[in-house]
Amino acid sequence: MASLPHDLAQLQEEMEGHARSYGLDFFPVIFEILDYRMLNQVAAYSGFPTRYPHWRHGMEYEYLSKSYSYGLSKIYEMVINNDPCYAYLLECNARVDQKLVMGHVYAHCDFFKNNLSFSRTNRKMMDDMANHATRVRRHMDRYGVETVENFIDAALSLENLIDPHAPFIVRDRPPDEPARPRQVAQRLKSKSYMNDFINPPKVMEAEQKKLDDVAASRKNRFPASPVRDVLRFLSEHAPLENWQRDVLSIVREEAYYFAPQAQTKIMNEGWATYWHSKIMTERALLDSELIDYADHHSGTLGGRGRLNPYKLGVELYRDIEDRWNKGRFGKEYDECDDIAGRARWDRGLGQGREKIFEVRRVCTDVTFIDNYLTEEFCHAQKLFIYDYNPKTGMYQISDRDFQKVKQRLLLQLTNLGQPLIEVIDANYRNRGELLLLHRFDGIELKQDYARHTLQNLQRLWARPVALQTVVDEKSRILSFDGEDFEEKDTADRVA
Amino acid sequence: MILRIDQDHNRFRQIVRGRIKKDLRRYISSGELIGRRGKDLISIPLPQINIPQFVFGKKQAGGVGQGDGDVGTVLGPGESEGGKKGAGDQPAEHLLEVDVSLDELAEMLGEELELPAIEPKGRKNIISSRDRYVGISRYGPESLRHFRRTYKETLKRSIRTGTYRPDNPLLVPIRADRRYRSWKAASMPQANAAILYMMDVSGSMGEEQKEIVRIESFWIDTWLRHYYKGVDIRYIVHDAEAREVDRDTFYHTRESGGTVISAAYKLAARLMEQEYPQDEWNVYALHFSDGDNWSQGDTEECITLLRKQLLPRVNLFCYGQVESPYGTGQFLVDLKEALQDDERVALSKIENKDGIYQSIKDFLGRGR
Repeated sequence: MASLPHDLAQLQEEMEGHARSYGLDFFPVIFEILDYRMLNQVAAYSGFPTRYPHWRHGMEYEYLSKSYSYGLSKIYEMVINNDPCYAYLLECNARVDQKLVMGHVYAHCDFFKNNLSFSRTNRKMMDDMANHATRVRRHMDRYGVETVENFIDAALSLENLIDPHAPFIVRDRPPDEPARPRQVAQRLKSKSYMNDFINPPKVMEAEQKKLDDVAASRKNRFPASPVRDVLRFLSEHAPLENWQRDVLSIVREEAYYFAPQAQTKIMNEGWATYWHSKIMTERALLDSELIDYADHHSGTLGGRGRLNPYKLGVELYRDIEDRWNKGRFGKEYDECDDIAGRARWDRGLGQGREKIFEVRRVCTDVTFIDNYLTEEFCHAQKLFIYDYNPKTGMYQISDRDFQKVKQRLLLQLTNLGQPLIEVIDANYRNRGELLLLHRFDGIELKQDYARHTLQNLQRLWARPVALQTVVDEKSRILSFDGEDFEEKDTADRVA
Repeated sequence: MILRIDQDHNRFRQIVRGRIKKDLRRYISSGELIGRRGKDLISIPLPQINIPQFVFGKKQAGGVGQGDGDVGTVLGPGESEGGKKGAGDQPAEHLLEVDVSLDELAEMLGEELELPAIEPKGRKNIISSRDRYVGISRYGPESLRHFRRTYKETLKRSIRTGTYRPDNPLLVPIRADRRYRSWKAASMPQANAAILYMMDVSGSMGEEQKEIVRIESFWIDTWLRHYYKGVDIRYIVHDAEAREVDRDTFYHTRESGGTVISAAYKLAARLMEQEYPQDEWNVYALHFSDGDNWSQGDTEECITLLRKQLLPRVNLFCYGQVESPYGTGQFLVDLKEALQDDERVALSKIENKDGIYQSIKDFLGRGR
């Protein structure tokens, strides 16, 4: 990879100066200039120069190369969360594009460094990715390419079963936690001479035994409480060989590394867009570059009918900045029901800039939308929800109601838009089978995928596996014993 | 330059090849691939290759969008969900459209059908070279000077150096401006093949029958092109008379007359004699019909023609009898009787589209 040519190095210095002058705070950024093949390679490896060998990267590469050569898409830039931050520029970009991209990259880098959800990510991931690649290659040399590749397929199939909040929460209770007090059977109130009739000793005994049994079964249950980090559970408890455990831990580590990026897609892209447009329009843009800049900038924000994270993000930051500049928040403003008064509302607070820096530090997409998406914003941005109409077989706009839009948006962002699935019993039916629970929130799983995933899970667990979920609006248990699938009602489940 | 990703990319392509091979039988009989053929590549639509995960079904999903429109405005059909994605969603699902070279496809066909390789017969390995003017060079004889390019270079140089005067556009070429035509030696194909397709277009051959011929000829083309560098394809249609037509007409004409097969064989024999001398060409003749010839006498004549004129000149003669509701299919029986033992003759009966698979095997299984 070539180091930056002189003119771009100069440009970098200039853009870095602009970014700093606005108060952006970032790791050192190393720009590298690549031709489109190299850039596609890097993109297929999710931003890294090297990853463990797997056909999925090849598929991604095929897709990127095709859409590039047919002119359907073009990657302008890539940047990775690392210290120092690496960013890649496309060789054939015009100078104005490189400028825009650099501004964009500095803001991304500021976001990586300062947003709290990234605070526990590995900042030397560049090196670790290379190490992972070496480890996987070594396993391949030793156990055979196909064997290892098949195992990676199975591991990647479970890649999304992690607990994105795990770095910040202690989920496991300490083992020496005091035992729960023994639950005593409830007596009905009675006079002492009536006691034996109102609370017959036989009934009381039976009641007490039932309670004790429940307590005992809870004590023996494994895991004691549901586990969201399925990957970790498997690498600790599944009967795996050492190399398999190693591959699984690699997949898990990388999944955790990428999770914050999925958690902050809208915020991160919005932030970068906000700053490239600010820097370009206020400082860096030359007169002759205006048209090209406007063209590319609007290209980033476009998308008919679609919700574009760049667009939503940048507009929301601008809205927040405006509201905090004018003091349009708090009890007094919320309770003002004079439309004209609200429209004119300006306390001259000037806290906008400060506020958006705070937001970029403490929020993720979920809290960003939850705290700052207002009704006015929703209407101004013409947000809507759409649904599938089974009668026409078409997607149609179904509502523009603020609450519904917000709710839907939050639902899509919750748990990275992935279903919430936990291990609840590793000794299901007292046969060492594994039972997972899909915490149903209104959307069912894709059935064929769910079955194939169960198959992969079974390969890791070796014993039969089961998933409790909802199929066609009925609670069902789907199980796979290594040969056949079985689907039955939850009622049959032994508690 | 070799990229690191190439390894993964090749692995992916290997997997894709496996998928195509698995489905090849279906591709062979459905004709899905015709019309997806470019010059050297064929693009094959494949069901998504993906790593399964626990994800939400899209059936009831819907999402959030942005833009104009009243409640009830249609955004798009439910099938193609690609563009309508909500925020924070997983990456869009790609529809896989894989380019496979025709050579690769032929190899797969060979492996699937267990076809023997063809050995071009005789001394067909003629290599001759011919010069073709394809490029531009800075040096060359004055006789090959490219005036326009030279002029352009002069103009460019003069504008660059600032000596160009729009009011007095005088241009004087210097040595470095001169451009000449240059040539490349192109070697002629080593082994040539000619394929003669003959088809009965009498009233009894319907659309479905023609479709079968079309699919079958596609695969035969693909296979033969794999072995021969230059392939000439000629098309002959016949009812009571025969005439040579272009490809398009071949597949789309519909006549209503009777059937005199010998007319087609005569024309084929004449073509071979005039244009495809036996020691330079590997000739393949294929004839498709519903097997309903005009008279027994004509069938006799056909067999004589085959024996005397056609068979000595060809590598392989294939007759495919396409089942039709009208045909009696007698012709196949007669040919079988007369020529079954000749190894230059391949006969096949194609009852419907599913029969294509077997019939390709019959035709190409001879390794000729």
